Amino acid sequence: MSENRKLIKIATAGSVDDGKSTLIGRLLYDTKSLTTDKIEAIERSSKQRGYDYLDFSLATDGLVAEREQGITIDVAHIYFNTEKTNFIVADTPGHVEYTRNMVTGASTSQVAIILIDARKGVIEQTYRHFFIANLLRISHVVVAINKMDLVDYDEEVYLKIKADFDALVAKSDFTEDQITFIPVSALKGENIARKSEKMPWYVGNTLLDHLEVLEPADLEPSSVARFPVQYVIRPKTEAWHDFRGFSGMLYGGNLKVGDEVTLLPSLNTSTIKSIHYFDQEIQEAAPGSSIAVTLATEVDLSRGDMLVKSGELPRSDKRLTATICQVNNKPLRIGGKYILQHGVNRVMAKVDQIESRIHTDFTGMEEAVQLKLNDIGRVHFRLSKPIHFDSYHSNKSNGSFILIDEAEYDTVSVGFIE
Amino acid sequence: MNNLLIPNPKEAESIHIIREVAAQFERPVLLFSGGKDSITLVRLAQKAFYPAKIPFPLLHVDTGHNFPETIEFRDKLVEELGLELIVRNVQDSIDQGKVREERGRYSSRNSLQTTTLLDAIEEFKFDACIGGARRDEEKARAKERVFSVRDDFGQWDEKNQRPELFDMLNGKIHVGQNVRCFPISNWTELDVWEYIKTENIEIPSIYFAHEREVFFRDGMIWTANEHVYREEHEEVMVKMVRFRTVGDMTCTAAVLSEAVSLDDVVGEIRESTISERGARIDDKRSEAAMETRKKVGYF
Ligand SMILES: Nc1nc2c(ncn2[C@@H]2O[C@H](COP(=O)(O)OP(=O)(O)OP(=O)(O)O)[C@@H](O)[C@H]2O)c(=O)[nH]1
Ligand SMILES: [Mg+2]
Repeated sequence: MSENRKLIKIATAGSVDDGKSTLIGRLLYDTKSLTTDKIEAIERSSKQRGYDYLDFSLATDGLVAEREQGITIDVAHIYFNTEKTNFIVADTPGHVEYTRNMVTGASTSQVAIILIDARKGVIEQTYRHFFIANLLRISHVVVAINKMDLVDYDEEVYLKIKADFDALVAKSDFTEDQITFIPVSALKGENIARKSEKMPWYVGNTLLDHLEVLEPADLEPSSVARFPVQYVIRPKTEAWHDFRGFSGMLYGGNLKVGDEVTLLPSLNTSTIKSIHYFDQEIQEAAPGSSIAVTLATEVDLSRGDMLVKSGELPRSDKRLTATICQVNNKPLRIGGKYILQHGVNRVMAKVDQIESRIHTDFTGMEEAVQLKLNDIGRVHFRLSKPIHFDSYHSNKSNGSFILIDEAEYDTVSVGFIE
Repeated sequence: MNNLLIPNPKEAESIHIIREVAAQFERPVLLFSGGKDSITLVRLAQKAFYPAKIPFPLLHVDTGHNFPETIEFRDKLVEELGLELIVRNVQDSIDQGKVREERGRYSSRNSLQTTTLLDAIEEFKFDACIGGARRDEEKARAKERVFSVRDDFGQWDEKNQRPELFDMLNGKIHVGQNVRCFPISNWTELDVWEYIKTENIEIPSIYFAHEREVFFRDGMIWTANEHVYREEHEEVMVKMVRFRTVGDMTCTAAVLSEAVSLDDVVGEIRESTISERGARIDDKRSEAAMETRKKVGYF
C-alpha cells in the first residue's frame, strides 16, 4: 500500500462451470501469487481427484462442500498484486441458486469479468449477470470468452458470441467503450497473462494487461460530498475537553475546512472548523477518507445524521421507490415491515407496493405480489422517518440500502433508489 | 497542516469497520494475541477514535506457551497507550477440567483456546469480538464475512452467511449470539508489513532475525523449549531465525532469516515463495483444518 500501487476491485460472473474460479486460479499462478505450499496443495488435490492437469479452481474454492461438488457456493475474496497494481477479486458462484452471492461480490467491485463458455455462447445466466452488472452500474465489463481450446481457437466462434453479446449491450445502459472482449483459455493460460500464439487473429491485450491499464479514478464516478455521521468522538479529557468530533467516511466529493455545511435532518447550517485524520489536522479530504470533523457552532448531530455542503442537498423523503434484489429465502411481501439500513442510518420501512418483477434478460417486467430469493423488482416503500438520499444513479453510496428482517435480523434485500 | 488527504483505501475501510463495531455493539472486545495483525488493529483503533481512547478492552487468551517476548511487548503496549487488558488462561480451563491437554508429538494448546475464549465471552457478555484475521491467510478464511455472526456455541455456519453489500454492515443479533468482526479482512500479509513500516509501528523482537535454539521436523523449524514436545533424535541447534506469524510456540514455526530491519523483512516477504500459514503447524493437520476449527468457534 505504501508503495502507491493502485487498487482495482474485480468480480467474476458467468454461468456454472464457465471457468471463473479456474481463471482466477490461473491469474494467481501466472502472476506468481501462489506460494509453493499452495501450489503443492493444488497438485495433491488434483491428483487425488484423478485429473491429469492442475485444477486451478482449487485455489479459490475453499469450502469442503465446494471442493466436493466442484462448484463455487460463496464468494471468495482473493488478493494479488503486480508491480503496478493491487487487485481484490471477488470470485462469485455461477449457479442460479447463488445469484445473491454474485450480487454481493459485485457490489464492492469496479470491474466485472463475465465469462462465457465458447461452446455454449450467450445463455440465460450471462443475461442475468450482465443485467446485474448494469443494475449495479459496474464501471467496466470484461467479457472473457473462455475454453477457446475446446473450439479449436476458432475466430468465427468468438465473433458470433461477441455479436450476440453486443446485442445485449445495446439494450443496457453501458456504452461500447465500457465493454472489452477477450478470447481466452483459463485452463491453458491463453491470453490470461501470456499472449496466445494459438489466436493470432486477436490483436488486443491479454486479460492481465487489460486489467492493469484500468485507472481507479475512471472507475469511481465523482459526485457530490456526503458525510454520514458514524460515531461521535468525545474524549472528555483535560486536553480535549470541548472536543466533539463527528467521525465517518466521506463519499462522493471533497470536503474542506471552511466549507458551509447543512446538517440533516435538522437543516441547521454550520461551517467546517477542522478535519482530523488521527493526530493530524488536514485542510481537505478526498472521498473515501475516514475522518473526524468539528463544526464552528454547537449543533445537535448524532449517528445516522448527515452532513452535506450547503447548496448540494440530497432528497429527503418518507417515501421512496427502489429496485430491489432479494437476497434471502424469505420473500419480500406487500405490507411487510423491515429495518431499512441506509449507510449507517436505520429506520423502519413498510412495503407499500410491489410494482413488478423485472426480467433479467432485458425483456421488460411482469406483475408480482412478492419477490422471491434472487428476484429483482420495482418496489415502493413508506418509512417511519425521512432519510436523506440520492438516486443510485447519481451517488452509489447514498443511493443504496439493505433491508433487515425484523424478527430474524438477517439481511434480506438490497435496494437501489431511483 | 497537511493540505489534502488522499486516503489509503484499505486503512480507511478498516477504520470504518472499527467505528461500526463501536457504534453497533454494546460490549465489544479486541482479541489481542501480541502478533503483528493484532498490533496493527490496535493502531487502526487508535486512529478510529483519536483523540479519545479506544472505547473497548483488549482480551488475550493466553495459552501459557507464548513467547516471553510477546508477553513483555503486550504489557508495554497496554501501559503506553493506557488500554484496558483482560487476560484469560488456557491453563485455568485445563485445571477446571473443561479441556484436556494434548500429549505427544504434535501436541498444542492452540485448539484449546476456543473453550477459554467462549468462556470469556460469556463471563463478560461480549457481543462483538474484533479479530485480526485476513482473508488471504487461508482458503476458508477467504469466505468469511467482515461481520461474522456466531451462535451460542461460537459456531460458524459457512453456508448461511449474511450477504454483505457495499460497505453496509449488519450487526443486529439476538441475545446469546455474538459477532466476530474482521477489520483487516482485505489486507494481505504484505499490506500489513508495509503498513507497519510506513507507520513506524513497534513489533515484538521475535519478528526479526535472532539466534534461537531450534530443531527440524517435517521440513519446518520448531522452537526447542520445554513446552514443545521433542523426540530424542530430533537434534537441537542454534540458527538465525525469525517468525512470520506469532501464535504460541507449539504451533508457530520459524523461518531461517537474516532480516534484522523492517526493510529486510518486507523484502523477504516480497520474495517469499511460502505462504504465511505455511508456517502454521495447526493448519497442516488436514486439508480442511481451518474450516473445521472455525465451525466449532475458533477464529
Ligand atoms: N478445456 C477447458 N476447460 C476449462 C477451462 N476453464 C475451466 N475449465 C474447466 O471447467 C470446469 C469448471 O471450472 P470452474 O473454474 O470450477 O468453473 P466456475 O465458473 O468457477 O464454476 P462455478 O463457480 O461453480 O459457477 C473445470 O473442470 C475446469 O477445469 C478452459 O479454458 N478450457
Ligand atoms: Mg467457481
